[in-house]
Amino acid sequence: MKNLKFILVLVLLTLGFSSCSSDNDDNILVINPLEEYNLISKIEDNGHHIELYAENQDFIIGYNEIMIRIKDEVTGEYFSNPTISWIPMMHMMNMKHSAPKSNLSIMKENNTISKGFLVFQMASNSEEFWDITFNYKIDGKEYVTTQVIDVKAPKDKRQQVTSFLGNDETKYVLAMVSPKTPEVTINDFKAVLFKMEDMMTFSVVKDFKVGIDPRMPGMGNHSSPNNKDLTYDETTKCYIGKLSLTMTGYWKINMTLFNEVGELIKGEALTEEQESSSLYFELEF
Amino acid sequence: MTIIKCAHKVFTLPMAWCQPTIKWLTQWFVILGMTNITAQELILPQDSIITVNLDEVILISARKTLDYHRQAKPLSTLEEYLESSKKVTMVKRGAYAWEPSLNNMFSERLSITIDGMKIFGACTDKMDPITSYVEVSNLAKAYVASGQQGAKHGSTIGGAIDLQLEKSDFRDTGLQGGVETGFESNNEMNVWGVNLDYSRSNFYIDADLSYRKAENYSAGGGEEVAFSQFEKFNVAINSGYKLNEHQSLAASIIFDDARDVGYPALPMDVSMAQGVITSIGFEQDSLFGSLFNWNSKLYFNTITHIMDDTNRPDVPIHMDMPGWSDTYGFFSEVRSHIKKHSFLFKLDGYYNKSLAEMTMYPNVPEELPMFMLTWPDVRTVNVGFYVEDEIGLKGSTLKVATRLALQNQDVADEFGLNSLRIFYPEMQKSKTRFLKSISGQWHKMWMPWHLNVGLSYGDRAPSVSEGYGFYLFNSFDNHDYIGDPELANEKSMEVNAKISWKKEKFKLSAEANFFHIPDYIIGEVDPNLSVMTIGAEGVKVYKNLEYANLFNTSLEMEYIPFSQFKWTSLLSYHRAVDQHKENLPFISPFSYRSSLTYNKGSLSGTIGMTGAGKQVHYNSKFGEDQTKAFTVFSLSLGKTFNFNNDLMYTKIGMENIFDKKYSTYSDWKNIPRMGRNFFVTVSYAIN
Repeated sequence: MKNLKFILVLVLLTLGFSSCSSDNDDNILVINPLEEYNLISKIEDNGHHIELYAENQDFIIGYNEIMIRIKDEVTGEYFSNPTISWIPMMHMMNMKHSAPKSNLSIMKENNTISKGFLVFQMASNSEEFWDITFNYKIDGKEYVTTQVIDVKAPKDKRQQVTSFLGNDETKYVLAMVSPKTPEVTINDFKAVLFKMEDMMTFSVVKDFKVGIDPRMPGMGNHSSPNNKDLTYDETTKCYIGKLSLTMTGYWKINMTLFNEVGELIKGEALTEEQESSSLYFELEF
Repeated sequence: MTIIKCAHKVFTLPMAWCQPTIKWLTQWFVILGMTNITAQELILPQDSIITVNLDEVILISARKTLDYHRQAKPLSTLEEYLESSKKVTMVKRGAYAWEPSLNNMFSERLSITIDGMKIFGACTDKMDPITSYVEVSNLAKAYVASGQQGAKHGSTIGGAIDLQLEKSDFRDTGLQGGVETGFESNNEMNVWGVNLDYSRSNFYIDADLSYRKAENYSAGGGEEVAFSQFEKFNVAINSGYKLNEHQSLAASIIFDDARDVGYPALPMDVSMAQGVITSIGFEQDSLFGSLFNWNSKLYFNTITHIMDDTNRPDVPIHMDMPGWSDTYGFFSEVRSHIKKHSFLFKLDGYYNKSLAEMTMYPNVPEELPMFMLTWPDVRTVNVGFYVEDEIGLKGSTLKVATRLALQNQDVADEFGLNSLRIFYPEMQKSKTRFLKSISGQWHKMWMPWHLNVGLSYGDRAPSVSEGYGFYLFNSFDNHDYIGDPELANEKSMEVNAKISWKKEKFKLSAEANFFHIPDYIIGEVDPNLSVMTIGAEGVKVYKNLEYANLFNTSLEMEYIPFSQFKWTSLLSYHRAVDQHKENLPFISPFSYRSSLTYNKGSLSGTIGMTGAGKQVHYNSKFGEDQTKAFTVFSLSLGKTFNFNNDLMYTKIGMENIFDKKYSTYSDWKNIPRMGRNFFVTVSYAIN
């Protein structure tokens, strides 16, 4: 009987310790939620530090997923649940235009981080530059700040965004979201499609379809099996499909864009003579 | 040893079924003795020794027996020796590393072993059948067993070839050595061989070293076949030690290294093919109970195979294709005699790693190289148990044998697994198969008639290429091949029969076998798939056919008009179709060979003829076209000289005497065979 009690105590103690230690683990996780990302821009204005994080080292042409945190310059504390909106702007020689973007939304995992994406169609150069204007509200007070950023071409110079005039005389921007690190397998293939309403306004295009035909121009235009065309997904507001890559190297993903009634908007289906489409992405790995 | 054994067997057998006269028996004994001592040339038809089996034994080494005249062409390649077998033919992709086929079935349907050891080539394009990793100087004999009779060393459909290593085997011969050299005119091949053996009744060590180098050969008519050169170096050491009267240890190592091997029929050559084959064995006279001749072995071999296209002009894309194959294995076998039964029990297992990759370098220099795994590091574990029982019945012998094996294949490389999942998204990483074989072979004789009948069932797992190959280019039918890990086991139902009539001076035998093979594995075009290899016509995926039927038959004759002359002839016919009566590829047309040999004292000579009829049944879907009929002739002359105690043997000969330009049904892309060739070999044995 005594032994049994002793065991019972022992069991309870162990349970207690183990639950304590798991609490500690959670705390550790919260310390730096953006550790694996790169701080690509930092704006110091209005007594705040606005930090922009991304997977890449820089802003690059194409789809950029960006995470934002705002810190109090004095206390060093990050603000919870800030309301932020952003406007990217390209300042060209004699005109300016914006870029496709998403809204910024607070991440579920951490309410100091807002997440969204921007799609840059071109790089900055000596005469032409990009900036982002942030309008944000903290503790009921509104602030504005603008920061010039440097948008670079991706290191491999491969095309992962394309803006074009469709057969319906509408301008579109199509940008590849994933695979970010392509592999020799069936990759999840994701893209965003925007319609250019005017120089400043881009709207998400729904219910179009993107036929895909990945090819290796260096291998006699070798193709791969079991690809799945891109179709619109309402929850993510993205086009989702599957992309098979049978080997590493340079791949050209030829595409054909169809509208909701199946009319060809852009691109050419490949044949013996037609070796590539005018609508394409490139991947190299 | 074999002679005594066979004599015993033949002596006891007729005793069992009737009361034959002593005269008959002695007569038969004498004939047998003669065949063993003198008459056989290259091939010893084993059925006169072990009555129930239809095995063939190809004698390769004459070193220990000094029977040099038995060899038609000493120092020829192992492939040439094997080709002299009745059932073996060779697929040629050049002058080197021919792929043996047995009953018109190739590597994946055969069990090919070296002293019972499993070895797997490392080339995805079958440029290195395992017979290419040994030299004739390493070997004593090759056992060729047809169909399920070859199940002793592994699961098979077509049969087995076991190459037996040459060993001094505790013969009390002291120190012996020899030097051999040979030259062939057609491809300027030089061969050098040195061997040194020391053998005592309790210890032996044998070492041999050989080197051969050949330039391009010329086809009949004198046209040079570019990229047919090769160079090969081989060294082997065998050793044994008797722990006591009943127990002994043996160890062997073979190092084989071929460089700069041209494959004129293929788009690529080989810069290096290297094999290291090692083993340790233990033998004990008796185990427990009635078990005896306990023989066990542990072995390891590793193969590295590097393909190379840097010497080829106009390659569409330069590529590197290395492959590796490592095998670890063991077996343990023991015999037993219980009344009329003589049993053999064998437990064996192996673990093989097969990995091959391909890197292609784009013509646009700034593009990254293209990489794929063509064999995704497949790990095969196979454990099998084999039992055979030879039963002396009244007036006949029955042999029943069975093999049960468990095989697991696992794709160890994540990259490779993901690659294959492009084709088979649901594919499992690992797959286990159960393999089985059962066979019965019955022999009866009514002097001078012999009848052998056999019935068997067996199956095999798909090979690494058939199961897991990823864009393997076959230049013969110009298709890329993709494996299918979910293929069903290929099964074989086989029936064979042989009837022989044997008298002292005349032997005649007719033999046939029929294989019904459900789930026959072969590549079928998938029109939806896009080719990988530049210039390929399409992509084939390995599939199970509903079934295929293969039929082989041969007629053999031997006539000894005078004791020094022997005339042998062989005719054979083969046919194979699938369930739609479509021809299977690589099936021999009607073929024939005949030779007349002379043997007296130190002098020997041979005139030979070999040929085939026009290929009637072929399949253009597999890249075949009609191969024309041909006949070629050869002759050779040998003489033995004695110097004191030493022995020198020379042989000269001429092959393809009339310089005929020809190719056979099994020559890859109709690559022509060698034209007229003179050879000379000199062997000097120091006793």
